[in-house]
Amino acid sequence: MSVRRVQGSEVEYGIAVTGQPHANPMVASTHVVNSYAAAHGLTRRARWDFEEENPLRDARGFDLSRDAADPSQLTDEDLGLANIILSNGARLYVDHAHPEYSSPEVTNPRDVVVWEKAGEAVMRLGAELAGRLPGAYPIVLYKNNVDNKGASYGSHENYLMAREVPFETIVEQLTPFFVSRQIITGAGRVGQRQDGSVHAFQLAQRADYMEVGVGLETTLKRPIINTRDEPHADPKKYRRLHVILGDANCSEIAIYLKHGMTSLVLAAIEAGELTDVPQLANPVQALHDISHDPTLRAVVELFDGRTITALDLQAKYLADAQAFVERHGSDEQTDDVLARWESLLDRLAVDPHQCARELDWVAKLGLLERYRDRDGLDWDHAKLHLVDLQYHDVRVEKGLYHSLVRSGRMDRLIADDEIKDAVATPPSDTRAYFRGMCLARFAPDIAAASWDSVIFDLPGHDSLQRVPTMEPLRGTKEHVGALFDRCESATELFRAITAG
Amino acid sequence: MSEQQQRSTKKSNEESAEVESTSDIAEHKEKLDDDVDSILDEIDDVLEENAEEFVRSFVQKGGE
Repeated sequence: MSVRRVQGSEVEYGIAVTGQPHANPMVASTHVVNSYAAAHGLTRRARWDFEEENPLRDARGFDLSRDAADPSQLTDEDLGLANIILSNGARLYVDHAHPEYSSPEVTNPRDVVVWEKAGEAVMRLGAELAGRLPGAYPIVLYKNNVDNKGASYGSHENYLMAREVPFETIVEQLTPFFVSRQIITGAGRVGQRQDGSVHAFQLAQRADYMEVGVGLETTLKRPIINTRDEPHADPKKYRRLHVILGDANCSEIAIYLKHGMTSLVLAAIEAGELTDVPQLANPVQALHDISHDPTLRAVVELFDGRTITALDLQAKYLADAQAFVERHGSDEQTDDVLARWESLLDRLAVDPHQCARELDWVAKLGLLERYRDRDGLDWDHAKLHLVDLQYHDVRVEKGLYHSLVRSGRMDRLIADDEIKDAVATPPSDTRAYFRGMCLARFAPDIAAASWDSVIFDLPGHDSLQRVPTMEPLRGTKEHVGALFDRCESATELFRAITAG
Repeated sequence: MSEQQQRSTKKSNEESAEVESTSDIAEHKEKLDDDVDSILDEIDDVLEENAEEFVRSFVQKGGE
């Protein structure tokens, strides 16, 4: 049993237009997406409209070229269209008032890190290009989740699960894990309560925005466990667990463990091998209380009246995961996740500062405490809020996370070259390979794509041709790589696929 | 005076092992303080100017 499972991540970025606090964030986000698309020869995704005769040739605005288009030409209709598929299989689009990158489907936590970090590179470049548009101001993106004035935007995880696991079991066994994992996965925040009106540090950016235990919403009454049931795959076999309570992590190790620990716990739940999971009396209150105590000593109440710390809850899940893996066998990445999880819990129990090289909240808190010591600052001081915000600035030369990495104070997992490759290249072992390769090789002939289909607009065909990709583990390099080697055109590829 | 010189000067002046270990701790703390200063110096260089206005003007719409 292992951390391997089809999964992915979605990150909405905070956006600011330098010197223009009243700039329309939808327009700015659209410029980021369309500038990236134009510079990479990617046609923006056509509307999902089969009656469109020539969706590609209907393109207007930034599809022309970055230089030819004037930002003022953007209309509402254009705004609705900033939604493209990248050659690495990811989706880049505008969601509400934020640019968002949804990673391609991958099969393991390490690959989540690779393709999520590739997304940061995409955003960094998109913002830079958008800032060079005629008459434009520089655009800065933040990989965070709050403005500390009441607004929050998400960074979601997705995990493919077996359909047969009853949802109530998932809720019961996963909730205490989600409530406590923030001691490892929190990104750190200056300010408590949704509007930041309590001046203090907390572990997680998102904790205070979770208001109910279970629910469908993602924008209000946000739940610890989201019930959205949209598998983008065969619904008889799969469910997609859509996780909305996590923070956007900058630390590669935090992203890796967030997905690794969660994948393992899900595997144990699927196998029916999690036992005696302690039930929290009030999960939402516990989530907030744990986040609000960076000493990690907060105790939360259990249903039976006992109390427990987040460290002890995590230790219970770790022990169950270790026992589960011992019974069923393991692999290298699973062993690595378990070893790091155990080591972090040991060190967090002694002194969280020992984890500053690995965890976002600890690294950020270290910086904030040093500023408080040196300059005698209270928690409401603007400089501390700025350190909190700028930690997440995606620009390598400005982001404080990047400063810590550059000066050797934070550890990484993935080499720059591997991330650079992943900006253009899809993972080889999921259907994202087929999607990404279609875009890489035949972009002008792809009218649209989504998680579960690629739609061709082929010369000589009156209608669009849809290729369903309902099975996440088909369309891999092993499965269709030879077709891409052999086929010179989209028409040839389509014929080869439909011939069987 | 270089760090190396400082260290050897200190060493030659210490006589008992006890004093030397106290001096090691002091040295360690000095190093840590230096490191803290250098982190903050580096970050002072990249932090946006006018923190108050910058933070105030960072207003987002909710997402998801």
